[in-house]
Amino acid sequence: MAATPRLKLPREAKKGDIIEIKTLLPHPMESGQRKGKDGKVIPRKIINKFVCTFNDKPVFTAGLEPAVAANPYLEFFAKVEESGTFKFTWTDDDGTVTTAEQKIIVT
Amino acid sequence: MRLISRRRALVLTAGSAAAAALGWSGKSRATPKDAAEAIAKFTGGKTAENGKISIELPEIAENGNTVPLKVSVDAPMNADDYVSDILVIADGNPLPRVVTFRFTPMSGKAVASTRIRLATTENIIAVAKTSGGQIFTAQKLVKVTIGGCGG
Repeated sequence: MAATPRLKLPREAKKGDIIEIKTLLPHPMESGQRKGKDGKVIPRKIINKFVCTFNDKPVFTAGLEPAVAANPYLEFFAKVEESGTFKFTWTDDDGTVTTAEQKIIVT
Repeated sequence: MRLISRRRALVLTAGSAAAAALGWSGKSRATPKDAAEAIAKFTGGKTAENGKISIELPEIAENGNTVPLKVSVDAPMNADDYVSDILVIADGNPLPRVVTFRFTPMSGKAVASTRIRLATTENIIAVAKTSGGQIFTAQKLVKVTIGGCGG
């Protein structure tokens, strides 16, 4: 089961504002570089892709590698011109997709 | 051989014994050549200009498991000219690629932050591409006390 993502972004903004968005998904980001107690390599299992869209238009995408720390945290910006919905998607190596969304009212 | 030299370097730091004991799988470190190849692939072989990018990182990272990183590019984000991609490379990590950010004009500004793992004291290199095909680069050295890839 995927964990619940955490989001931090304003619920209201003025037209043309550049807002700050912070996201975090609890995830071990197992790098595939570590060995367990039995000496075997622990297989890689990371979130490899993050996408943020606003009203289904792309805003920001991140391609994550094993060098991103556990519980991948991303902070970025978006320029808002109209009210709408931000959607966030995290894709795991095993194909699991975690999504979240938040509405914003733009005046 | 590489493993030994790395281990010797790590022995100098407290708490590294566990990291060394756990060891690494495969290649212990990327070489500057691997890093250069990853950058060349990103730029398509074009020459990068220095400047425009700023990399914010602690000068000394006590714990390489989670190092805050902020990359910003001082460039306009208009519909016809914007920063489209940023690649971040750590030249001493087992795998040099760290993260790629992709922006659109809706991003408002080409600024992004995350937290990264660093294996050792190494250079962080950021390369940015604009929609107009310009390429900028910057690099910063970070001192890492306890590596973050094996422990």
